[in-house]
Order: sequence, then C-alpha cells, then structure tokens
Amino acid sequence: MGDYKIPELGEYAEIPPVCEGAMSHSHPYVAAPEHQEALGFPGELVEDWHGKAIGRLGELLDQTRSLRVYLDSCVRCGACTDKCHYFLGTGDPKNMPVARQDLLRKVYRRHFTALGKFPLTRWLVGAEDLTEEVLDDWYSYFHQCSQCRRCSVYCPYGIDTAEISMAARDIMDHIGKGQKYCNEIIAKVHKIGNNLGLPGPALENTLEGLEEDIEEETGVKVRLPLDEKGADILLVTPSADFFAEPHVDGLIGYAKVFHQAGASWTISSYASEAANFAMFIGSYEQMREVALRIRKAALDLGVKRLVFGECGHAWRVAYGFLNTLAGPWDFLDPNYPVPQHICEYTWDLIEKGQLKFDKSANDHMTLTFHDSCNIARATRMGDKPGGQFEIPRNIIKAVCNNFVDMAEDTIREGTYCCGGGGGLLTDDLMELRVKGAKPRMEALTQVVKNDGVTHMAAICAICKSQFSKVMPEYGIGMDRIVSVHQLVSDAIVLDGQVTGEETDKLGGDAAPQTEE
Amino acid sequence: MAYQLNGTSVEADEEGYITDISLWSKELAILIAEDEKIEMSDDHWEVVNFLRDYYEEYQIAPAIRVLTKSIKKTMGPEKGNSQYLYELFPYGPAKQACKIAGLPKPTGCI
Repeated sequence: MGDYKIPELGEYAEIPPVCEGAMSHSHPYVAAPEHQEALGFPGELVEDWHGKAIGRLGELLDQTRSLRVYLDSCVRCGACTDKCHYFLGTGDPKNMPVARQDLLRKVYRRHFTALGKFPLTRWLVGAEDLTEEVLDDWYSYFHQCSQCRRCSVYCPYGIDTAEISMAARDIMDHIGKGQKYCNEIIAKVHKIGNNLGLPGPALENTLEGLEEDIEEETGVKVRLPLDEKGADILLVTPSADFFAEPHVDGLIGYAKVFHQAGASWTISSYASEAANFAMFIGSYEQMREVALRIRKAALDLGVKRLVFGECGHAWRVAYGFLNTLAGPWDFLDPNYPVPQHICEYTWDLIEKGQLKFDKSANDHMTLTFHDSCNIARATRMGDKPGGQFEIPRNIIKAVCNNFVDMAEDTIREGTYCCGGGGGLLTDDLMELRVKGAKPRMEALTQVVKNDGVTHMAAICAICKSQFSKVMPEYGIGMDRIVSVHQLVSDAIVLDGQVTGEETDKLGGDAAPQTEE
Repeated sequence: MAYQLNGTSVEADEEGYITDISLWSKELAILIAEDEKIEMSDDHWEVVNFLRDYYEEYQIAPAIRVLTKSIKKTMGPEKGNSQYLYELFPYGPAKQACKIAGLPKPTGCI
C-alpha cells in the first residue's frame, strides 16, 4: 500500500538527517458528519472555525492546568528532539516533540500571552495566528503523535506532548475536523458496546466456538461465560481479543487461568470493550461515557471484582482515571485492587503456586517482551514500583524457558511505541505506522540476530495488530508477535487435561489453531 | 469513490468499502477484487460466501478463528488456517475479504 521506502534498519536508532516536510502529506481521513454528530461534535468544519478553536483552547486552559504549564515551560533545550519514534523513522522535523508542541504553543502565545497579543512583540515569542495552513499542520502532525509519552521521560520539565496532542485533537473535534478512525469507533461503542461493532449474538457465537476449541485441544471443558449474573469477576477486554490473532490466543489464556483458579467470572456484552478511544481524542466527556458502560455492566451483573485484559491504554484509563470517571466502586470487594490487570491476577496465582505449567510447551520459542507505552509510562501493576515491567516478564519467565530482553534504552520506561498507538492504527496512516515502527524493529532485529529471539510478546491489542501488520515489511513474519497469555495458555496444565502425543503443541507458529 | 458497473455507479467510502451493502453483486465483487489485484478463484468465493452468510446472521464479519474453522470444515485442514487466508487475501482476510464481500470494514484495534 502506498508508495514509500521501507526504512533500512541499523544496529541501533540513529538520528536521521532532517528532511523538512517529509511527512506533511500524511493525514488520516476526516470523520464523516454522522461520526462527528454521534459524539456531539459539529458534522463539518464550522464557519467561524478560528474563533471557535481559540475559544475551545481557552476553555481547555482553564480546565487543565497542566496544559498551560506544558505550553509555558518549554525552554527549547532539545532533549526531546531525537526521542520520538516518528521523528527517528521519518526525519521530519515537525515530528520532533518540541516542534509538534510548538504547533499549538505558537497559537497559545498569540492569544493567551501578553507579548504574543501585542503586534510589535509577537515575533519575539514566536506567536502566530491560527491560519488555515496551521490548522492543516495540526491535523497532519497531531495525527503523527501516538501519545506514547516517551519524549516526556527525557524532558527535564516533564512536558507531556501526549496531553498537548490530545488538546489539539479535542479542539479540532469541536470545530468539525475530527478523525474518522477514532470517532467512528467511539460512536460504535455507544451504539453496540465495542470498537468492532460486534453485537451480543455474534459475541456469544464466537465464545462458544472458543470453548469448543479448548475442549478439543485439552479435553477440558473451559468456559467463556457471557452476561452471567452473580459472577464474581467481570472481565473487560479489548474486543480485538474476540476477533483477531494473536489476540484471541490471549483470551483463551485468560479463560484457562480463570478455570484453573476455580474463579466465577463473566464477560459482558454491554461493556464488551476495554479500549477507550476517547482518551486519544482528549475528550473527558466521551471517555466518561465509555467508562460508565463498565460501571453499569458491573452493577447489572452484580460482580465483586473488575479485571482488565491485555490492552495498553485501557489499562491507563482504568488504572489512572476509572474512579473519577465512573466511581465510586464501593460496591466491589475491597480485598482486591479496583481494577485489577489480568497479569496481576495471573502472577498472584503463580506466586501462590496455584498454577501448574509445562514450560517445555514453549521451548520452540525464544521470547522477548515489548513494553507497551501506556502501561509502561502511565500505570503500574502490583504493589511495587516497576511492577508494570516486572510482572509481565515474570509471567513469561514462569511459562517459558527462553527469555531475552531487548536493549535497555528501548524497553521499560524508555520503550518505543509500536508505531500504531494513540488512534493511529488505521490503514490510511500505513506509511507513518511502518516508519514509526523502525526503532522497535531495530531493537528486535538485534536480539533476533544476537540472541536467537524468535517471538516478541506484548500485552496490548494495538501493539499486537500493529506488529502483525508492519513486521512483514521488515522481513519478520507476522506470526512472531504473541500475547503474553497465549504463552500462559500453551504451558498451563489444566486439571484433567489430556496430555501426550495427541495434544503435543508442536513448533508450528500458528500451532493453537492448526493442531490435529 | 465509486465503482462503475454496467453503466451504474456504486458508491464506496474513501477506502473502497461500498456504502450500501444491498447493492453488492458477484460482478461487483469481481470488480472490487480486480482493484485489489486479486483474481477470484473458487477458494476466494468460498471465503466471500461464508463472510456474507455470517454477516447476514450476525451483522458483523466473523472473527478470524471462526472463519478458519469454517474453511477447515469445508476445504480441509491444510487450508483452514490464517496463513492460507493471507495467501488468498494478502492485505488480510478480515479487511480485504470484507471489502470484496461488500461488508463494512471491521474497525478497532485490529
């Protein structure tokens, strides 16, 4: 798709030569009026878009103190310039975080600072009018930020470019220039309950099919209950887990863990989505509406606990904002974290010795782990600092014999985005996605060459889809990305499981669905 | 955009998914497939027909696993896997096959 060169991989991420305008042609499809209006935004660009945009910026500055601080405090030290994967992959200087911020900052200065308002001093502070060209730049370059927040780790002031790009997208939504991918999806969640638009009966059919598959594979009746009132645990997981590969193999893993733990759990057809795309467009109101579905489902089903599946920004929304968005959760069991991540849940059982594994089932693989940006830089897991890095790794090491980390500056809090986060996982941004994946592909290629790594595991639906799409562009098979709970699924020994030759999970890369 | 078929124009979105699924026909599918550089074989039709039947019942395209399972049953285990589906539809069985089958594009983290 498209006419562009796949970047050549080096040994490590090198700072590319600056190439002005290299990605100025990149912009996603604009949302159609029906997608806009479903979220309460104007259908198309409003007549007084300039006035409305400045007005909305003013509102955001009043609502969000951090936004004003971020816009005020940059000293242009340059520490962020080479930290963005999109800059490293494209060389476009507007993909340097400071330059991306400046697209909004210059308009902020023009209208909200004394020197910027006064014509004679305007040039001194780099204040500029919001012209049509600047708006086009906003649309293009604020959709070249995956809101991964890697730059903010290296910024001495902690300026969060993600928050600035969220604000810019919110302003554009309010003047009728929203992005099709995100807004169409959020509208589907309001209407059907998930990003896919997967209705209840289809979900039921899919889950029944998975139950059959597991029984065929293991001889054990493992259930994937739907809308079961009175269950203890509500599992909220990205709808990609029901639909795509390798996501679904992770879902099977959660089901086996719940089964082996003897847990009473359920999925809800009303809240059949963990992902909250409203975060990507910076809309608190939309984010709340999506989150309230989870609250309603939890109340209607009478559950005591809330567990989230493998999804990066879902965990950020859940971990960071769930209580303010949809709390209080005083009706849930206070003996458990609210909410809990599936990795915390599984790791707790492993620590207690309640799960049995045959690690040799994963011996045909050498694993590495891709830290997903939202989990790595915006959340925690467990009760120790860094739990979000250690717990997934601990799980992998508990179920696999071969594990190698990628280069230290490309993982944990310095992890590179997969290239498709923040509402950019859409076909119309494929060039950006391929190029943005370059730093991660470089780090991965190194451990493939030097340490014999065969597969990379992740705990985010976007990462999994993005990698299975872009890895082939770099000569890596699409099946080399796996779910963490897929590894759990392959190694776990269920009570009463038929073992032996006939269920031997041989080395085929797509083993779970191709077994005899 | 729009597809031109026998003198009539069939509306599609920016990415080539037709907007009114009732206007789908086998001839149109062949035309969409040509655009995607795919020559429709019996195996392609098997997948497309299954997608359309499933969509009629559930108003959504089937999950990949549901699709591979069905193909396995009708076409045998050597074809009932995602690798084979990618051979048929290189841009991905979910999206490319849906486009040819006249179904809406599956959206989300996929």
